[in-house]
Amino acid sequence: MSTEWISACDESSIAKNDVARFDHLDGTYAVVRMSDGICVVMDGLCTHGKAHLAEGFVDGTTIECPKHNGRFNVLTGEPVASPVRVATTVYETRVHNSKIEFRLIK
Amino acid sequence: MRDYTVGGPSSITAAEDGLVDADCYKPKIDRELIKQLMMRNNGWAIAHIASWFAALGVFGWLAHLSWGSWWAVPTFGIYGVLYGSMSDSRWHETGHRTAFRTKWMNDVVYYIASFMIFREPETWRWSHARHHSDTIIVGRDAEIAFKRNVPFYKFVLELVGISAVPNEFKQWIRNSLGNFTNNQKEFQPEETFRISMWASRIYILILAGVVASCVLVRSVEPLMFIGLPSFYGHWLVVTLGITQHAGLAEDVTDHRLNTRTIYMGPLNRWIYWNMNYHVEHHIYPSVPFHSLKKLHLAIKDQLPTPYPSLYQALREVVPTLRRQANDAAYFVKRELPLSVNI
Repeated sequence: MSTEWISACDESSIAKNDVARFDHLDGTYAVVRMSDGICVVMDGLCTHGKAHLAEGFVDGTTIECPKHNGRFNVLTGEPVASPVRVATTVYETRVHNSKIEFRLIK
Repeated sequence: MRDYTVGGPSSITAAEDGLVDADCYKPKIDRELIKQLMMRNNGWAIAHIASWFAALGVFGWLAHLSWGSWWAVPTFGIYGVLYGSMSDSRWHETGHRTAFRTKWMNDVVYYIASFMIFREPETWRWSHARHHSDTIIVGRDAEIAFKRNVPFYKFVLELVGISAVPNEFKQWIRNSLGNFTNNQKEFQPEETFRISMWASRIYILILAGVVASCVLVRSVEPLMFIGLPSFYGHWLVVTLGITQHAGLAEDVTDHRLNTRTIYMGPLNRWIYWNMNYHVEHHIYPSVPFHSLKKLHLAIKDQLPTPYPSLYQALREVVPTLRRQANDAAYFVKRELPLSVNI
């Protein structure tokens, strides 16, 4: 695992129960801020269809894909509603100096 | 002659043309607004489902009381529509799991409505996901109901599910024995076949129970309540559903060109759960039925002009399908608003 923390965005730039897109190098990521303020960075593309989770719907600890309504657990990346069947990657995330940062697995 | 076989030669062409799981047009909309519109609400869905079952109960009771008299015709007529047509929109919305906020509530209604509309729930869940990925992309979309090169009378016969229901029943039997078609294998993961097998078995058992009760009471009346309404009450969902995509452009990735939005009155919108806002639904399938009108108002300037009524839409669809029976190249081209990028 890389020790490098990547700054995705200001914490204040994402409302609670919302998600924003962050592109870095060749990757695209979904930066989720849950209702309790916990922030999580996960892979940005749904594992089922070609859709950006950043356009999806956050409700509690789940995020729903905007294209087929498949759902992931935000904390674990596990699928919780079909048609999603493959888990997505959730990255180690922290809020540091009001920035949401995450570490990429390499 | 177009080959609509899912996974057939047309699917190869579609892939080569970049039509498979393609990026589709999205209108501009404020993120805060679309977030609000995507919010789920158990209360709305419970009220709607309760009103539906209440109507089924009232007209079912009246139909039972009128059994043997001419009054049975209108009462079963209404009961049949509530059962065999209204179940479609409930099947559809709970299949997306957007009707209720709570997942299991969606799933319970989905399994009930699937039986009523005569669709095996798991296969149709996957075919519908494909329909949203590749909307009327020939060779990919498993739910193209109104194909070109088909004599119009066949669509008329589908008003009573003349081939759809028997074909589906044959598939239930096959699935219940663990046999699955190449069509299913094209869009449904094999690990979900077990769900289809058990759902088919349960649905067949329910129907067998109804037939047995008919024998017991020496009357066809039980089947008139469960089973046969999927035929005789089917006509309204065909009438409404035919307007969704029929006669429009195939093999395009812009839902404004292959889907219709139609203004309807409150009764049809209650029956149809606002699926008349069908362009909006395809662009934003996460927006539940009760917010589709608000979504329409927010983005309508970026969409083609809606059809003013069901009648006006049918006036376009029916002649188009009749023409397409002999002219597969013909389709209705929707005009996009000039003010937005295409």
